Amino acid sequence: MTVSETRHRELGLTDAEFERIVTLLGRAPNDVELAMFSLLWSEHCAYKHSRKLLRRLPTEGARVLLGPGENAGAVSIGDGWAVAFKVESHNHPSAVEPFQGAATGVGGILRDVFALGARPIAVLDSLRFGELESERSRYLFDRVVAGIGHYGNSIGVPTVGGEVYFEAPYEHNCLVNAMCVGLARAEATIRSAAAGPGNAIVLMGASTGRDGIGGASVLASAELEHGEEKRPSVQIGDPFEEAKLLECCLELLDRGLLVALQDLGAAGLTSSAGEMASKGGVGIDIDVERVPLREADMEPFEVMVSESQERMLAVVEPQRLDEVIALCERWETGAAVIGEVTGSGDFRVLRDGEVIGEMPVGALVDGCPLYDLAPAEPESWIYGNREPEPTTDPGGAGSGAEEAGATLLALLASPSIASKRWAFEQYDSVVLSHTVRRPEAVDAAVLHLHEADATIAVAIDGNGRRVACEPYAGTIEAVLECAQNLACSGAEPLGLTNCLNFGNPEKPHVAWQLDRSTQGLADACAALGVPVVGGNVSLYNETEEGPIYPTPVVGMVGELPDPTRAGGLAAGDGDAIAVCGPFSPSLAGSELAKIRGELGPGLPSLPIAALSAAIALVRDAVRSGLTTAAHDVSDGGLACALAEMAIAGEIGLEVDLDPLVELRGCSGETCLFGEGAGGFVLAGSRASLEALADAGIDLVLVGAAGGDRIVISAAEAEIAVALADAARAWRSLGERLEAVPVP
Amino acid sequence: MKARVLIRPKEGILDPQGKAVERALPALGFDGVSHVRVGRLVELEAEDGADLEALCEKLLANPLIEDYEILSTGSESG
Amino acid sequence: MIGVLQFPGSCDERDAVLACERVDEARLVWHREAELGDLAAVVIPGGFSYGDYLRAGAIARFAPAMEAVREFAAAGRPVLGICNGFQVLCEAGLLPGALLPNAGLRFVCRQVEVEVERTDTAATAACQRGDRLSIPVKHLSGRWFAPPQALAELEESGRIVFRYAAGENPNGSVADVAGMANERGNVVGLMPHPEHAVDPLTGSADGLKLFESLVRSAAPAAV
Repeated sequence: MTVSETRHRELGLTDAEFERIVTLLGRAPNDVELAMFSLLWSEHCAYKHSRKLLRRLPTEGARVLLGPGENAGAVSIGDGWAVAFKVESHNHPSAVEPFQGAATGVGGILRDVFALGARPIAVLDSLRFGELESERSRYLFDRVVAGIGHYGNSIGVPTVGGEVYFEAPYEHNCLVNAMCVGLARAEATIRSAAAGPGNAIVLMGASTGRDGIGGASVLASAELEHGEEKRPSVQIGDPFEEAKLLECCLELLDRGLLVALQDLGAAGLTSSAGEMASKGGVGIDIDVERVPLREADMEPFEVMVSESQERMLAVVEPQRLDEVIALCERWETGAAVIGEVTGSGDFRVLRDGEVIGEMPVGALVDGCPLYDLAPAEPESWIYGNREPEPTTDPGGAGSGAEEAGATLLALLASPSIASKRWAFEQYDSVVLSHTVRRPEAVDAAVLHLHEADATIAVAIDGNGRRVACEPYAGTIEAVLECAQNLACSGAEPLGLTNCLNFGNPEKPHVAWQLDRSTQGLADACAALGVPVVGGNVSLYNETEEGPIYPTPVVGMVGELPDPTRAGGLAAGDGDAIAVCGPFSPSLAGSELAKIRGELGPGLPSLPIAALSAAIALVRDAVRSGLTTAAHDVSDGGLACALAEMAIAGEIGLEVDLDPLVELRGCSGETCLFGEGAGGFVLAGSRASLEALADAGIDLVLVGAAGGDRIVISAAEAEIAVALADAARAWRSLGERLEAVPVP
Repeated sequence: MKARVLIRPKEGILDPQGKAVERALPALGFDGVSHVRVGRLVELEAEDGADLEALCEKLLANPLIEDYEILSTGSESG
Repeated sequence: MIGVLQFPGSCDERDAVLACERVDEARLVWHREAELGDLAAVVIPGGFSYGDYLRAGAIARFAPAMEAVREFAAAGRPVLGICNGFQVLCEAGLLPGALLPNAGLRFVCRQVEVEVERTDTAATAACQRGDRLSIPVKHLSGRWFAPPQALAELEESGRIVFRYAAGENPNGSVADVAGMANERGNVVGLMPHPEHAVDPLTGSADGLKLFESLVRSAAPAAV
């Protein structure tokens, strides 16, 4: 083959895929067409390795207004109001340029939500980096947090929650997943299907530059080849531009001036226009000469695939055009008619009226072959283990009072468990006047939507390490943890969004992780009755060092009836303390196993039905005001959950876990630090907690809050540490980050 | 030596600051001004032999998105 | 009727309207409006007007509505600038000093305690001297600064209206200054966000006093 004949390979298309394109077109594609096909047939746009798996997910529910396939999913919260939400990854751009990568990740997910006509009201983030000891990980964490804050703060959407884990397999492949929640009138949500031949295609917002052209740049003509400089692949976010675009789009929709609206994300105009045409069953003409450019000498394919940020594509009836343009001018946002809807069923690219590309929309958008995976369970643990440090190995030497106390302090200070105040204080969490529970006030963020007189809770969760141990059970745990977090606030789940971050699916062990994980997600959602309303898949997250931990990230939105009874995390002086739920602690996959270098495959299986009943019990208890505090048991086990509740309440506690040790037949140490789904720690009056114990769910009163020490005994193991020391350990993340200057 | 390092957005990279300034100008009566780009200026004193190029590459500028230019200003105060 | 200015890039304008509506009627004032009419008071809200590019507040101060605010203030009528609004008022020369990037160089969002030092301004007429208000801050450029001589004069003439309580200064402001008034006391600016402290449900209702003060201060002018 000649160079030009193998160019499709450089663009990421297989020979078979290229041949299929030739068959679909009845001829070889030209450069513009090849660029467009290569992007729309990429994993990112076509989901070619995951689409078949995703069909397993339950997507129906009485409250679902928009399911997967639209820009974001939406559920009803009553009285004609809808909440739209979606999580999306921006992993690779964040690894290349963390500040801009994270910022544009936020910008992109906001556009997905306001493309529906929903006003973005909250952002949550799920982040993964290498261990904090790594200079690069500290740098990435620092800049990603700054980038998220820069975009969200500047545009006036609160960042209300999130999670951060530090694990070695993310060292060379950080994860930045952002979730946005929006609020809309249900009847005003707009779809993205183009309709009405003769209607105008209007490109709004920023001008188009060479941002994010990346892979397709191999198509650049020889005269441009000299300058790598000429094709920056980094997208720069401009939250000010997006703020204007957001207000403008919402006002356009409010006035009923648009037929359809779609954001421009990956693959830019090609993807947006193609998807709008595909959904509407129409054709579309785009004239690249009419696209406002930031640089004069851009080639047509560059215009078609540019990923310049802060742009939206609208379909407008001709008689409404003047009004639309006038409103865009008022908001000082760009607007240009760049083409029209046609009845042809073809996507045509024109340059000053001359056709330079012509493809059936169906071939371009839906023609990509979908692949089956070839999963195979790996024979052994494919990830590394930490070298235990003999001198500081917490708890390694024994499990007497001092050792267990030291283990607790080490776990509280572990970056994945420690307070993330350093990060979330860099985010505006209160703008828009909805925030009833700010970060770390309870396990989920609680927002009272005064416009709708409704209250929702939102959370985002996922523990890649545990999914690595056992993809099926680990993913179920992620869903359960999210539901448990909502329950602690008093909320019942309405819908779920997810982002599946995995390695190369063409490798059998990654395929196995993806297959088992997706099944776990499907089964957990079905068992809890929570529909999946949207999501995103990010594959090929791996380097020569191997794949990332398989990381399904789950975002959930729930509702609660009374914002004044939203749950809290802070135990009160004199409160009784109970452990509740079918929680069976195990050190498998735990933070302690990680610290000790004892990770390996396998997690205990989960009794989902019993877990589901416990979640309902806690939710109802919080709603009825029977608890002063509720907290789910997760990273670092019961001891960490109890300590976090004490720290939040600024009050010590004294707890005896012997009844639980007996009930579960585990060791004291496992009871203290073992992990697993289905556990809650509750605080409240003794009478209230005792009343809950009659519900038929495991509920053991274990002690009371008071004093200034955290004292927890479990069989042979005993913890006795000063509350102040525990708080210092838990709040040590910021110090450690600021102590080492970021390069 | 004393030096100034001029850092500005790479050509072709979106410069939100420059754009916002440029858009605000006509309203203030400054017509005919275009191509506004906002960068920053770093002044420093370096011992002879200090590797300013590396300093710029590693810290002062982000070579992915910014160009820099090192201007020696001799030993006079600048 | 209280007017709340809206610039491209404003973020907290709706929150300010909601807060004002607890004490009076309120409406948004588009930045191109050159007349403020018979508004009882004007609030310049928080956010990132014009992206805060160049310097926070540097571009917004040239908006037609700001010319109107200048006249409004000159007539002795109440003006409250919050966060970005405080920055705009300083850039416009209606309040002394300047707001620099936080000492920690990071955006900071945190509930802080603020002490009221003067009760004879448009924004504190309903407060008691020494009141401690729990109000959130959220800003990247909130470190108020004035040269020592100027600061001494401002201290001398009692222009500092709000100070962060001991240990609460989130940004390195000199003399813990959180808010400032003009000489007549009818123009007040502060970095903390009182509009985000008007309901116990969302954290605190201490900020409501500032909006009550605006209404109280406006009353004589309306007679």
